[in-house]
Amino acid sequence: MALAGFSSAAPKPQAASALKSGRFVWVLLLPGLLYLAMFFMVPLVSLLITSVMTPDPSGAYGIYNYGFDLSAYQHVVVDYLPQIGRSFLYAFAATVIALLISYPLAYFVGIRLRTRPLIQKLTLTLVIAPFFISFLLRTIAWKQLFADNAPAMTFVRNLFHLDTTFHFLGTPGAVVWGLVYNFIPFMTLPLYTSLERLDLRLLEAAGDLYATPAAVFRRVTLPLTMPGVISGTLLTFIPITGDYVNASRDFLGASDTSMIGNMVQADYLQNSDYPAASALSAVLMAVILIIVGIYVKRTGTEDLL
Amino acid sequence: MKKLRLGRFALPLYSVIALVYLLIPIVYTIAFSFNDSQGRTNTIWQGFTLDKWMNVCARPDVCASVGTSLLISTVSTLVATVLGTAVAIALVRYSFKGRSLVSLSLFLPMATPEVVMGAGLAALFFNLNFGQGYLTVILAHIMFCLSFVVVTVKARVQTLDPVLEEAGADLYASPRQVFWRITFPLLLPGIVSGALLSFVLSFDDFIITYFNAGGALVTFPMFIYVAAAKGVPAEVNVIASMVFLLALVIVIGTQVASNIRQKRLNTLK
Repeated sequence: MALAGFSSAAPKPQAASALKSGRFVWVLLLPGLLYLAMFFMVPLVSLLITSVMTPDPSGAYGIYNYGFDLSAYQHVVVDYLPQIGRSFLYAFAATVIALLISYPLAYFVGIRLRTRPLIQKLTLTLVIAPFFISFLLRTIAWKQLFADNAPAMTFVRNLFHLDTTFHFLGTPGAVVWGLVYNFIPFMTLPLYTSLERLDLRLLEAAGDLYATPAAVFRRVTLPLTMPGVISGTLLTFIPITGDYVNASRDFLGASDTSMIGNMVQADYLQNSDYPAASALSAVLMAVILIIVGIYVKRTGTEDLL
Repeated sequence: MKKLRLGRFALPLYSVIALVYLLIPIVYTIAFSFNDSQGRTNTIWQGFTLDKWMNVCARPDVCASVGTSLLISTVSTLVATVLGTAVAIALVRYSFKGRSLVSLSLFLPMATPEVVMGAGLAALFFNLNFGQGYLTVILAHIMFCLSFVVVTVKARVQTLDPVLEEAGADLYASPRQVFWRITFPLLLPGIVSGALLSFVLSFDDFIITYFNAGGALVTFPMFIYVAAAKGVPAEVNVIASMVFLLALVIVIGTQVASNIRQKRLNTLK
């Protein structure tokens, strides 16, 4: 699926005779699966347990006892509603923009550059190049380029005749810009993988049957690359909803752009309000499980990996 | 006809603009590694210098954080690669019950926001009263690298022709010999790219690390995060540029080599 773009050759169908079964398969599977159970599933259960803990009767700061207290959920859903709404709104906007930037780019690399394999691979490397440099430094670079006294901002102000009260840094626009930038390879790679496998003869056949280029795209190309669109959208949207670096005040955001992640981080690491941080994470995870559930129901699990 | 010509140029132009957009922060970061900045901040261009490249460890705290990150990434990558390769082989080569459940449980970590994983692991260690430090960070990194190794290696296993292994077995090789002398060497490129991806992800991880590092441990991304409020020293740009250029050389080198090999094969045919 998504990151298959990293591997060099396209998969060939497997001969059915190769599929063996037996006890040995569990020797291969169990260590990895037990690891995931211990450090992925159990932590999610720990989140649920922590989210219903009760404050210590002594009122001591950051001390909680095991119990069943749902007040943290009420607190986060009521008090953090703006952050929850903002997270999904920003994630939606950033995912749509990333799709609009990525699809033509992936189409160009996956279809037009097919005749030149080396240039195709090198261009794909440029697409994933942002992965090789620190996520935080990339965001800091945009922060400095968007600073009020930066040349780029002076240029924009002069171009549109804006006065010095115009800021970009610290606005929702800057946060969404950063989110698009930081997560766009997760959109481009799955799109590239499905466009690269597209059988061009189907497009030719549609053209031969007098379909206009627009009709070929709408009725042949797009439906056939829908798996790439869906997995790219999921892999971009989901991590963005939990991001807190871009929206943070020290990076591209301001106090009124904070997202779910900023609240989890503040409650967990600064306020030691573990139940609230856990409840908010649990709410986010529940929404995501619903989205993944709908996806699995529609497409099955075989295309997941 | 005219419209078609426009389309012919519009798509490459659009792609070039998109690629330039992707490269702007990278070029900016590398350029500012040569900035003759004084003191802590590195925001205004003050002239070209190679000083920061010559004395990367002029800021010992920067170098110490890189050492911490290298140790964590190396250990995490080794463990995640071994566990992930085994799972990838099993997923492609064996039929077993509960296959879709296994696929789903490998996909979920990739589809979970980092802040949820970070907080979840921190909650686990907190509930167990387990002190945070190197061990908790490494355990966390192995977890999120594992799925990415499986995806990358799995794509390689799918390209392997089982006939090669069957031929080995027909020639009286033991299953162990078949694995180490046929399967493993053929899988190696996939394993290497899985390990590289895992190393890059681990080295760059901030969010999960921040939740599980405790007070004393400072990785390279954590150093940048804390410095971001006051200004990031140019030495940080130097190290990030080194990592970037090294990764780029490895990836492009592999691609050019495989291209040359492919061309030779084509001439043989």
